[in-house]
Amino acid sequence: MTKIKPLAYALIVALALLIAVPVAWVLVASLKTKGEFFGSPWTLPEGLHLRNYVDAFVTAHMGQYFATSLFVTLLGLAFVLAVSIPAAYVIARYDFWGKSVVEVALLAGLFVNVNYIVVPIFLMLVGWDRSLADVFPDGFFIDNPAMLSLIYAATSIPFTIYLLTAYFRSIPADYEEAASLDGASRWTVMTRVMVPMARPAVTTVILFNFLAYWNDFIIALTLLPGEGKTLQVGLLNLMTAQKAAADYGRLYAGMVIVIVPVLLVYALIQRRLIEGMAAGGVKG
Amino acid sequence: MTTPAAAPKRAAARGRKGHGKFVAACLLPALALFALFMIWPTINVFRMSFYQWSGFSPEARFVGLDNFTKLLDDDQFIRAFQNTVALLVVVTVVTMGMGLFLAAVMTREKLRGRNLYRFVLYIPNVLSVVVIAAIFSAIYDQQNGLLNGTLRLLSADGLQQVWLGNQKIVLWSVAIAMVWQSLGYYMVLYMSSMSSIPEELYEASSLDGATGSRQFFTITLPLIWQNLRTSLTFFIMSAVNLSFVLVRAMTGGGPDGSSEVLLSYMYKQAYTNSSYGYGMAIGVVIFAFSFLVSLLVSRATKREPLQF
Repeated sequence: MTKIKPLAYALIVALALLIAVPVAWVLVASLKTKGEFFGSPWTLPEGLHLRNYVDAFVTAHMGQYFATSLFVTLLGLAFVLAVSIPAAYVIARYDFWGKSVVEVALLAGLFVNVNYIVVPIFLMLVGWDRSLADVFPDGFFIDNPAMLSLIYAATSIPFTIYLLTAYFRSIPADYEEAASLDGASRWTVMTRVMVPMARPAVTTVILFNFLAYWNDFIIALTLLPGEGKTLQVGLLNLMTAQKAAADYGRLYAGMVIVIVPVLLVYALIQRRLIEGMAAGGVKG
Repeated sequence: MTTPAAAPKRAAARGRKGHGKFVAACLLPALALFALFMIWPTINVFRMSFYQWSGFSPEARFVGLDNFTKLLDDDQFIRAFQNTVALLVVVTVVTMGMGLFLAAVMTREKLRGRNLYRFVLYIPNVLSVVVIAAIFSAIYDQQNGLLNGTLRLLSADGLQQVWLGNQKIVLWSVAIAMVWQSLGYYMVLYMSSMSSIPEELYEASSLDGATGSRQFFTITLPLIWQNLRTSLTFFIMSAVNLSFVLVRAMTGGGPDGSSEVLLSYMYKQAYTNSSYGYGMAIGVVIFAFSFLVSLLVSRATKREPLQF
């Protein structure tokens, strides 16, 4: 490949620039005043116009949406780990009636994208709200961030169990046998011996699910139609508003607010993320 | 060290008493959530496609296959279908081809700053689709966009386009954004499978005088073939979805339905038009389509697995 090496090198550099430049441009543009957006897009802002951030955080409620997103993401992670870790462990280690059916169903679940089934989920929740109208006149299931967390968790169960089961299977059974010989109960063996050993896989699962929950907007848009939005939906609204009013500053500041936490997490854990991909390899 | 296959048997033999209760307690919460929020809604997609239902009125009328026959005469649906197929073909070929090439170069040639490039190329994969849509709206913006602004700077005003407003161009603009988003992910994925190929194989073939591109086709590609197949299936599934979220956030299917894709049309029918039954018939088509394409791809790419 020596002949094409300079060419390939140029291509890689060009692609890296095509990604880095627009992202960096957004960071810079978020500091521009309204007037500075007109004319050449490559001019640098004259000062740090932090007013855009105040606008985005307060006037456009991005601060409040940030809190909602954080709550929904963390609760979703708690839900999915609480139900998936024991299930994955049992699938990896125990024989039980109907095991192959469970495994096939979960595997098939890997192919069902949430966005394919968001309409029936929405209608189901609307139906539940209607039948509970006497108890909760304002509805309980729609516009409930905790419910959104539960849906995120439920729909990421196949992927999470798939990855965790594979890891549990790779751990030799000797550790559990030693622990149960020492008189540890099944529960203790699972929580005290196996879960700590599976920490790399658990971390990978947390990372991928964090990105999925934090970045989703279709489900959030559908299930939280009221005032309490997530960050992504808030940003989408800013985009729509900007199209009408040409108010770019607020939009770019909002984008930075959404991008920065994710980039920070990514920079901190990129090695683990890339290793996890080699193990899971299926999350698109 | 026990083999993985022997482990569950031994663990299961650890005592029968209470075994069932423990298994049930561990398994049932996950299965209940999975059944309620994934299996049941999936069944509902199929069931509701036989009904005419506005969603909020109590009565749903059974109409048999009417929704499906209506689809055949729906020009907008046909256009959404064509757009989806076009995007799938173009984006799959470009992303897979470039991803493989870049991964091979990054793994085989010891480029300086390799980790930095990998870091940067993977960034789009952690960004949300809304952010990507906003970035590309900034790039494509008619007056103050990066693309048109740069063209003006280079005095190439003639090349300026209304990137998202021109019916002939908008689908390409979406395709570029899709490649931008997914290229790094597949490059990193292939890099990790290529890095497990033993170095000796390349050394031996170099001694035989094989060139880099020959090595790629005779060593690298056959040895990562299984990973490539799996990733291809998942790529197609996720591209169907990505095209939707991107279109929803960036163009809303416009102008005049020219960037509509299957999922966005389903969403539009269901929510904007409140034709839930009709929307779900589109959903059934999407399920059948993704399933068939995955099956076809998997059949067409079947090879004897190679070991190193």
